[in-house]
Amino acid sequence: MDLNKRYTAQSWPDHPETATLEGKNKFVGFWLLLAAETVTFASLFATYLALKDRGPEGSEFTAAGLFELPLVFAMTMILLTSSLTSVYAMHHMKNHNFKAMQAWLGITVLLGLTFLGLEIYEFNHYVHLGFGYTTSAFSSAFFTLVGTHGAHVLFGLSWFIALMIRNSKRGLNMYNAPKFYLAALYWHFIDVVWVFIFTVVYLMGVIG
Amino acid sequence: MAHDTTEKIRSHAEHEFLKKKRSAEMRHQLTSFAIMIFLTLIAFTMVAAGFSTYLIVPIILLLAAVQVVLQLYHFMHLSNKGHGTVAFFMFSGMFVAFITILALVTIVWW
Repeated sequence: MDLNKRYTAQSWPDHPETATLEGKNKFVGFWLLLAAETVTFASLFATYLALKDRGPEGSEFTAAGLFELPLVFAMTMILLTSSLTSVYAMHHMKNHNFKAMQAWLGITVLLGLTFLGLEIYEFNHYVHLGFGYTTSAFSSAFFTLVGTHGAHVLFGLSWFIALMIRNSKRGLNMYNAPKFYLAALYWHFIDVVWVFIFTVVYLMGVIG
Repeated sequence: MAHDTTEKIRSHAEHEFLKKKRSAEMRHQLTSFAIMIFLTLIAFTMVAAGFSTYLIVPIILLLAAVQVVLQLYHFMHLSNKGHGTVAFFMFSGMFVAFITILALVTIVWW
C-alpha cells in the first residue's frame, strides 16, 4: 500500500490511530511505555516524600518557606489548558482537517513553551536564593522530581514540533495519524503527572 | 502489510452523523475540562484559605485522583472501545500498588 495515499473526510476511518496493524502495535507499545513512566515517577515521588525538608544540620530551606502558590497556579492553568488544546487537535485529526490540527498543535506548543519558561524562571529563582541541586537532600529530591517532569515537557514539545514540520507538506494519512495521536497521549500523561506534582509537592509543601 | 487498511467510503448521511457525534464528544471534553479547572481552583483555594492540614491533605489528594480519572477517561480516551486490555493492566497495577502501600504502612504503623 502507498503510505502517502490521500484520504478525504468521507473515506477517513473512524479511528485512524488504530485502523492499521502498525497503529495498533504503536498503541499497545505506547501504553506499556506510559506504565514504565508511571513507575519512574512513582519512585521519584516516594524519594521526594522521604527526603522532604531534610538536609544537613542547619539547612534553613523548607517547602513551606520556599514555594509560592501564584506561580504554581499559573503553571497549572497553562498546562491544563494545553491539554485541552491538544484534545482539540485530535478532534480535528479525526475529522481529517489537517490545517486545524496543525493550528491547535501550534497553540499547544506555545502553551508548553510558556510553562517551560516559567519553570526555568522558578528554578533560577531558587538557585539565586542559595537553594541549588546539591544544597540538601530536600533540594536534590525536589529538582530531580520536578526537573524530570520538565524534561518530559521539553521532550513532548520537541516531539510535537518535529511531527508538525516533518508532516507539514504530507497532510494527514494512515502513516502519520497514529504518530500524532500518540504524541497527544504523551502530552496528557505529562499533565497527569503535573496534577500530582502541584498537589503533593507544592500544595502539601506550602501547608507544611 | 502493517500499514494496510480496508478503505470504506461513508455515505453522506453516515458522514454527517459521525461529524455530529464528534462534536458532541468535543462538548463532553469541554465539560470535563471545566470540571478539572474547578477541582484545581478548589484545591488552591483551600490551601490559600489556610484550613487545617488534616482536612486539606485528604481532600486535595482526592481531588487530584478525580482529576486524573477525568484525564484518563476523557482526554486519553480510556472510555473508548478497544481499551479493555489497557484498563485491565492499569487496574491490576493500581491494585498491587495499593496492597504494597497498605502492607508497608501497616508494618511501619504497628
